[in-house]
Amino acid sequence: MRQFADLFTTLDQTTKTSRKTAALAGYFSTAPDDDKVWTIALLSGRRPKRTVTVTQLAEWAAEKAGLPMWLFRASYDVVGDLAETIHLVLPAPEQTRDRSLSDWIGDIRALAKAEEALKREAILDAWNSLAGAERFVFNKLITGGFRVGVSQKLMTRALGQATDIPEAELAHRLMGNWTPETTSFAALVTDPDPEADLSRPYPFCLAHGVEDEAAALGPAEDWRAEWKWDGIRGQLILRGGQHYLWSRGEELMTDRFPELARALDFLPLGTVIDGEVVAWDADARAPMSFAALQKRIGRKTVPKSLLTQAPAILYAYDLLEDGGEDIRAKPFSERRARLDALIAPLLADAPVLLSPDLPFDDWDALAKTRAGARAAQAEGVMLKRADSPYHAGRKKGDWWKWKLDPLTIDAVMIYAQAGHGRRANLYTDFTFAVWKGNDLVPFTKAYSGLTDAEFRKITHWVRRNTLARFGPVRQVPPEQVFEIGFEGIQKSTRHKSGVALRFPRMLRWRHDKPVQEIDTHAHLLNMLEEYG
Amino acid sequence: MVLEFTEDGIYCPAGRFHIDPWRPVDRALVTHGHADHAYPGHRHYLSSAGAAPVIRHRLGDIDIEGMPYDETRDINGVRVSFHPAGHVPGSAQIRVEHGGEVWVVSGDYKTTADALSEPWAPVRCHAFITECTFGLPIFDWRNDAELSAEINGWWQTNCAEGRFSMLGAYSLGKAQRVMTMVDPSIGPILTHGAVENTNEVLRAQGIALPQTIRITPDLDLKAHVGALVVAPPGALAQPWARRFGQASQGIASGWMALRGVRRRRAADRGFVVSDHADWKGLNAAVKETGASRIFTTHGYTAAFRQWLEEEGYDAQIVETEYGDDLLEAEEAPA
Repeated sequence: MRQFADLFTTLDQTTKTSRKTAALAGYFSTAPDDDKVWTIALLSGRRPKRTVTVTQLAEWAAEKAGLPMWLFRASYDVVGDLAETIHLVLPAPEQTRDRSLSDWIGDIRALAKAEEALKREAILDAWNSLAGAERFVFNKLITGGFRVGVSQKLMTRALGQATDIPEAELAHRLMGNWTPETTSFAALVTDPDPEADLSRPYPFCLAHGVEDEAAALGPAEDWRAEWKWDGIRGQLILRGGQHYLWSRGEELMTDRFPELARALDFLPLGTVIDGEVVAWDADARAPMSFAALQKRIGRKTVPKSLLTQAPAILYAYDLLEDGGEDIRAKPFSERRARLDALIAPLLADAPVLLSPDLPFDDWDALAKTRAGARAAQAEGVMLKRADSPYHAGRKKGDWWKWKLDPLTIDAVMIYAQAGHGRRANLYTDFTFAVWKGNDLVPFTKAYSGLTDAEFRKITHWVRRNTLARFGPVRQVPPEQVFEIGFEGIQKSTRHKSGVALRFPRMLRWRHDKPVQEIDTHAHLLNMLEEYG
Repeated sequence: MVLEFTEDGIYCPAGRFHIDPWRPVDRALVTHGHADHAYPGHRHYLSSAGAAPVIRHRLGDIDIEGMPYDETRDINGVRVSFHPAGHVPGSAQIRVEHGGEVWVVSGDYKTTADALSEPWAPVRCHAFITECTFGLPIFDWRNDAELSAEINGWWQTNCAEGRFSMLGAYSLGKAQRVMTMVDPSIGPILTHGAVENTNEVLRAQGIALPQTIRITPDLDLKAHVGALVVAPPGALAQPWARRFGQASQGIASGWMALRGVRRRRAADRGFVVSDHADWKGLNAAVKETGASRIFTTHGYTAAFRQWLEEEGYDAQIVETEYGDDLLEAEEAPA
């Protein structure tokens, strides 16, 4: 595993993209095929099946390091990564062995059915045989989550350099349902059989946020607009008598949204649609709020009651495959026309509906439409250049999201907690409150939006102004006022304030605002009334 | 109590003096020159002889007296002495004895020797007031020889590729420590003004440092391509650093042991060079004092306190205004 660990170290020791690409391309040109497949898998978020639980790993590591469990946990809390924590607390290995990445993974997989004692012995033996980065990498193989600052795009580019296969083509080949256990480097990369995986999705086209004025994008007539929905991005694939629903994170969601099985009754095979999964209010013929859909997120199977409370549909906005033909290179206007032709005639109870086109004559008109997004349960509008192809990934220029400005409220910080991982030595997680009469009611937490310099300043202040400690949390005097931005507000019975915010973050540190002048709980309830 | 914990800092009521106070007081005993221990505004300062020049350099026109290590002085019937803390040149632990009871304030300390600071010397006491900046078992420092090899290897590679190696290191202590760790035969060492100012103070008191070149606006960088550039960590992210083009950037700090912190700093390389004790060092130090009462002042105080309690000590947390580490504290002057 030395070669892979060296690659990992090189990637980890530079912030420069060109150096990362070169290191990866070098690896892909020289590593054994089996290792290459695993490397692609790891860098695209796939990992070996977990054969040892994280609890077991933590216990064995604490025991080996001679630490009480509470201290191991306190350490983990600071490091923010189990694999790294284990690596840091363990004593140095007594021996070393150089085996390939795939061999070590083979060992880990072989533990699936082993007795606990055998697992323990195997893991302790590995910890005692791997030095430095190799041991950290080994822990990462078990616990997952290989974040090395290498995007899938960068990995694909390097693989392209090593194999002379065009990047976009490679991006498509690497999508979908494959696992390193069941494929080979040839089948996956160099010589794939297009029929082998009917479920394989296309790489999603992603948008950037409009930077200042939409008008800066040029003549309005070059653009098409639609609502930006607050749902789950999905790609629906109808091929070979089956349907598949993929999330943007390349997760297969087919079973989570059984409603979409009926798409096969309405649409021909050889169809691939890009759209948004939303909870649908059939009476209003409009999407429900995200809160309704939220109940279905994270559920592998759906109880019947939820299917009636929050029935899902796919709100379609692009067509990628039509009659079995990949039409991504065709202009958006043509793809959209074909999509309209396919979906518009469907009955109102079809599980796939057409996300409406928003016609506009000029940018001012669209700005007015956008201002009404919240009432339409949308987050803003999407802009797509009429003559643009469907790009693979996030390519600047042809797709833009033009979101509404967030809702805001001025609040005071009352608790602070140190972050972990990247923010281990800074106070970054804050609890905020608003006035209710003479009392302060906590209503949200937020931990992003400030610069590092601001976090340093507030950390300095928190250390000097701690009133009380509750474990890792410090109570501070209510003096620091922040403008909190959020995307939505919902009723909540779990919170004392009665509300829950969506995507709360700090927009500004209001040094200018005295705590007496922050917003009130009544104001929050008004917002709930208006936007909830 | 020989020492009390007040809003102004650690106080000796019998001797009527403070130790490392953060608010202006009449008489301050100061462990070392870092800004979170040596505050401005006190009427009289007393430090180790080795720390006094830097404190004067940083705080300007102050009334300060330096005392040799291990020498005892009577202050209002209290016996006081300074002992090496191994943190930065001149850094001291302060021993305070009154009525047969001995208390020691550690200041910041490091128990392993380096080529720069007077090595840490344990002092027996009844009560030990200790820092614990790195008071978790995840912090386990490697020896200086390994670290030197790592930094030299990085510098050598960059030098061969015609790039500058920019190393972020706190201007008092860490910067000089890394200078004494690297191999000066690789190339020239250039220094940021804040670092070079400290170098001058230390050299004037007889501390040997390798040859360095102060970076000034008219310094011809082309004549020094491949040099090691030593600057405060904050300077690496500032416009000041742009002159050095496609340089490789590294940071020397104990925090670099954590991958996440290194990634947040967006440095290419993190070198785990600390001037604080690691977990083993803290534990060894506490043991060597023979103290039964321990006060943890700054760092991972809660965890270290609980650990000490489970080890059989009478351990308490004391709230102080000492910083946890200087990585985040120093903003380089523009």
